[in-house]
Amino acid sequence: MKVNFRVNGIAHELAVDPRLTLLDALRDVLGLTGTKKGCDQGACGACTVIIDGQRVLSCLTLAAACEGQSVVTIEGLAQGDELHPMQAAFLHCDGFQCGYCTPGQILSAVCAVQEVHAGVPSHVTRDVRHSVDAATLTDEEIRERMSGNLCRCAAYPNIVAAIRQVLAKEVRSAVSEGERP
Amino acid sequence: MKAFTFERSARALDAASAAGARPDAMFLGGGTTLVDLMKVDVLTPATVVDVRHLGLSSIGVSDDAISIGATVTNSQLAWHPVVRDRFPVLSEAILSGATTQIRNMATVAGNILQRTRCPYFRDIHASCNRRLPGSGCDALEGFNRGHAVLGVSEHCIATHPSDMCVAMVVLDAVVHTIRDDGTTRTIPFGELHRSPGDTPHVEVSLEQGELITRIVIPSLPAARRSHYLKVRDRSSYEFALTSAAVVLDLDGDTIRAARLGLGGIATKPWRALEAERSLTGRKATDVAFRDAAELALAGAVAREHNRFKLELAKSTIVRAFTVAREAKV
Repeated sequence: MKVNFRVNGIAHELAVDPRLTLLDALRDVLGLTGTKKGCDQGACGACTVIIDGQRVLSCLTLAAACEGQSVVTIEGLAQGDELHPMQAAFLHCDGFQCGYCTPGQILSAVCAVQEVHAGVPSHVTRDVRHSVDAATLTDEEIRERMSGNLCRCAAYPNIVAAIRQVLAKEVRSAVSEGERP
Repeated sequence: MKAFTFERSARALDAASAAGARPDAMFLGGGTTLVDLMKVDVLTPATVVDVRHLGLSSIGVSDDAISIGATVTNSQLAWHPVVRDRFPVLSEAILSGATTQIRNMATVAGNILQRTRCPYFRDIHASCNRRLPGSGCDALEGFNRGHAVLGVSEHCIATHPSDMCVAMVVLDAVVHTIRDDGTTRTIPFGELHRSPGDTPHVEVSLEQGELITRIVIPSLPAARRSHYLKVRDRSSYEFALTSAAVVLDLDGDTIRAARLGLGGIATKPWRALEAERSLTGRKATDVAFRDAAELALAGAVAREHNRFKLELAKSTIVRAFTVAREAKV
């Protein structure tokens, strides 16, 4: 069957077997091997991509179900040679060791930061009626929000540091511009 | 994965008709259960009907109720400002389950219809009456630490895994459906899921092709004082060992009415009505909560590895009510 969707801004029309997952379509059909296959059963988060602005698992997404959608993978994050701030922060904070989980970690972290700016609560938010705030977000909040991305090398402290660095920079720049991010 | 044909419908009735005409068709929501179980050959539909584009992905709010489209995502519902304000127990329950990625994918109807995480259900080489009727149940004498103690039968002790559903049953949600002949009906949430009895493979009271279109939660001002407490082996991304969804309607320190739902220990989203009634008119003390907890677990049947759940569930209930009692609303 035919399916049309965009990947990193580029429109694709693919002829797919309905059994093909988005993960396998990205890696094996489109050659975008930055998205990693870890568990292939929705447990590890290595295959995380962003579809229509939301972080999701490409291993549990059928390519056939992506009609009309916009997918962002790790290859679509940098602007030319300029790294996305989250990529730069992972480098600066040494937020990885073997690197296998890193593309999923970074895409998940990009969305986690957006969710924090939207003020939405997590499981560890004291009162779900209140919005969270980037300036006062705890490490416990960051860990909970990133719990869908496993790292066998246990780079977790530096991943939290990278996310905290991006949040801090954005809070600082918002203060200097006199507005909220 | 077994081959299947993929169909996408634009209207709810078309989807119901597409699946109603074929006994081996299944609806696809977010895919977090269906695609997962298709990969391990536990579910083998010949036709998959994608229902995410039926115009059922919005949340309607009125003074009397909130109406949740079937394909609203778990994140969308948990993060909705009115849900967080009026029904904190529902937001808390959803946010305690899975991960953001999975909650972003999973639909509300899909959460309701998700399958058990019993490892013997998931393993096609194991005996499981739920997966293959009459084949037996390896969990009865097997590794049953995560299994249910309420609503069990000699044919199945699989736990219903949902957190969200425990809040839904406590909030008296109503499930709206459409059938392939175009007729619609409503099902009280507590009557949707079935205890296994001697037909564990019949999990819900829906006909082939019957599509959930929305879930309506009636106004409940007391739910501002509500809480979901989940106890598990890890602090995140783990199913419940025990959980409690509570609503507490207080008049000073006296209980006008209480509601209690239980998760992690039952074969379906569990409502402890007798325990609820025992609290009416009592002072909101730890002793009253403990008495209610004893009632809630009175009919429990434990197995070799899940006996610890009996006491853990009672403690969970007491703690959940205590937190609700102390909440500033």
